[in-house]
Amino acid sequence: MLAFLIRRLVQAFVVMFVISVISFSIQDNLGDPLRELVGQSVSEEERQALREQMGLNDPFLTQYWRFAKNAVQGDLGTSYFFKEPALQVILKKLPATLELVFGATLIIIFLSVPLGIYSAINPQSVLTKIIMGFSIVGISIPVFLTAIMLVYVFSVLLGVMPSFGRGELVHVFGYWETGFLTADGLLHLVLPSIALSSIMLPLFIRLIRSEMMEVLESEYVKFAWAKGISRYRIYFLHAFKNTMLPVITVGGVQIGTMVAYTILTETVFQWPGMGFLFLEAVNRVDTPLIVAYLIVVGAIFVVTNTVVDLIYGLVNPTVKLAAKHTG
Amino acid sequence: MTTQSSPHEPLLNTADSRWQQFLDSHFWHSFKRDKVAIVSFSIFFLFILASLSAPLLAPMDPYDMTQFDLMDSELPPVWQEEGDSRFLFGTDAQGRDMWSTILYGTRLSLIIGVCAVMLQAFLGIVIGLSAGYFGGRVDSFLMRLADIQLSFSTLMVAIIFLAIFQAAFGAELYQDLAMVMLVLVIGIAEWPQYARTVRASVLAERKKEYVDAARVIGLGPIRIMFRHILPNTLSPVLVISTVQIANAIISEASLSFLGLGMPPSQPSLGSLIASGFEFIFSGAWWITIIPGIALILLVLVINLLGDWLRDVLNPKLYKG
Repeated sequence: MLAFLIRRLVQAFVVMFVISVISFSIQDNLGDPLRELVGQSVSEEERQALREQMGLNDPFLTQYWRFAKNAVQGDLGTSYFFKEPALQVILKKLPATLELVFGATLIIIFLSVPLGIYSAINPQSVLTKIIMGFSIVGISIPVFLTAIMLVYVFSVLLGVMPSFGRGELVHVFGYWETGFLTADGLLHLVLPSIALSSIMLPLFIRLIRSEMMEVLESEYVKFAWAKGISRYRIYFLHAFKNTMLPVITVGGVQIGTMVAYTILTETVFQWPGMGFLFLEAVNRVDTPLIVAYLIVVGAIFVVTNTVVDLIYGLVNPTVKLAAKHTG
Repeated sequence: MTTQSSPHEPLLNTADSRWQQFLDSHFWHSFKRDKVAIVSFSIFFLFILASLSAPLLAPMDPYDMTQFDLMDSELPPVWQEEGDSRFLFGTDAQGRDMWSTILYGTRLSLIIGVCAVMLQAFLGIVIGLSAGYFGGRVDSFLMRLADIQLSFSTLMVAIIFLAIFQAAFGAELYQDLAMVMLVLVIGIAEWPQYARTVRASVLAERKKEYVDAARVIGLGPIRIMFRHILPNTLSPVLVISTVQIANAIISEASLSFLGLGMPPSQPSLGSLIASGFEFIFSGAWWITIIPGIALILLVLVINLLGDWLRDVLNPKLYKG
């Protein structure tokens, strides 16, 4: 176990290192920090002197080392557009994105578990066919299109739901302003959360269903039937426990994936989160902000994956420590 | 068996028996019995046909600015009151015929999807075969790489990569290269899916006697891998290919929607939806919704075909 833990942590470090090298080469090659700093009016000699002074003429490795040292201390440069530390700009937008992911996660958990179990227990029922039908349609609709259709139906046609922004917010602490505490904020959260959950929900229903069906075929469940244990005890206590193991792993990894889909949802709903900010940064060629986003999102991915792997290794002693499928 | 085939026509003969073999196969029988599969396949076939013959079917060339008239802009589809009989599905903000644009857009979406999946399959098959066949360090290194790559969402990688590329090279140059870039990014980001599937079946095949036999008669590893093992791993590859094409089309549409894919002057279904989005608030729903439905339908029938294929070919292998 210790060996597994160390190997997993080493891998996380290597991946973070690669991300930092990529981020640095972007910073190094994209845009000209000098022009952003002093504008066009400075003469060529002054320019060269400034370059020398700022260390822009140093060899790649020296510059990378400086970048990494600053990055570890949380200094990722200053955003050209906001004139604020890039990391701070990103972290201010983080709560908005996390609340969106949280809302979507709630929907996914509270719908996929009962629907998945139901369709595994009653594979022949009409409702199961409807659930499975919906799930394949759900998988086939891109997130942004779900979002657009929700806006069209509920905001444009019916006019009952707000179509953009976060609504009324309550300041909690630090940069964190929440929409969960006001009715208006919650109302604004509904459509984006549904849109964001729309691609994962069918995935999870199908996953829970197939895992549960597999477990229900296993020897120990048959034995439990033979012992005469009540059916609900078998379903929810014996079978469901073992169903959750793979579901948790996939779930953990998908939280990372959802961060990617937030870019789409945030664009449609003009949700002031990290993804929306990132696209703006790209349009403005705001390199420090792009780099900061890359590192923050990379860290989110690496941390969730590592934690999920470690939990899985702890929970399941038979885990094959080499490779594992997620999907 | 047909009676016409004579010994003088050996080529026709084998073709005939192949066809007969196909008609007798489990594959064809289960296809005939499955209504969903038949309907999906017919619709998919229509999509292919329509996109192949787009230049013939489209009343207007959507890439040719001189053909559209601003006077015709934002006309609703024919079945609505203000509809114009010239424009079946109405027109967009530039007065471009939606029907023609959708035909060409579907064509682009399909081309990008299929090319990207071909690239994925090529990379994944080569890597998966080598990992499975050579084993040991090569295997564990390649699979570690696949793990890491899979842990990052494809969409995320594609968005970041394309965004940086666009910022670095400017939107002008980017527009010319958009199609190639989309194929490359979607193609490279998803190779692990194939590599894992192929590797899993290679591991199962490698121990079989026919591989030993091939080695004993002195065939080289390349020949054994590609000529002997590969054909036996193709059915799971076929199954994931359908799902992958559906996913690639969705990825392409998402990237184009974000403005990182096909430009509005040469729209795929995704960029068409994006360009219509700002107009749904003013009531011009058809610019967004009609291409949206086309996109959903296309992806849905491919997914349904994939589901069916998975059930027929090999229910176990898919989960990998």
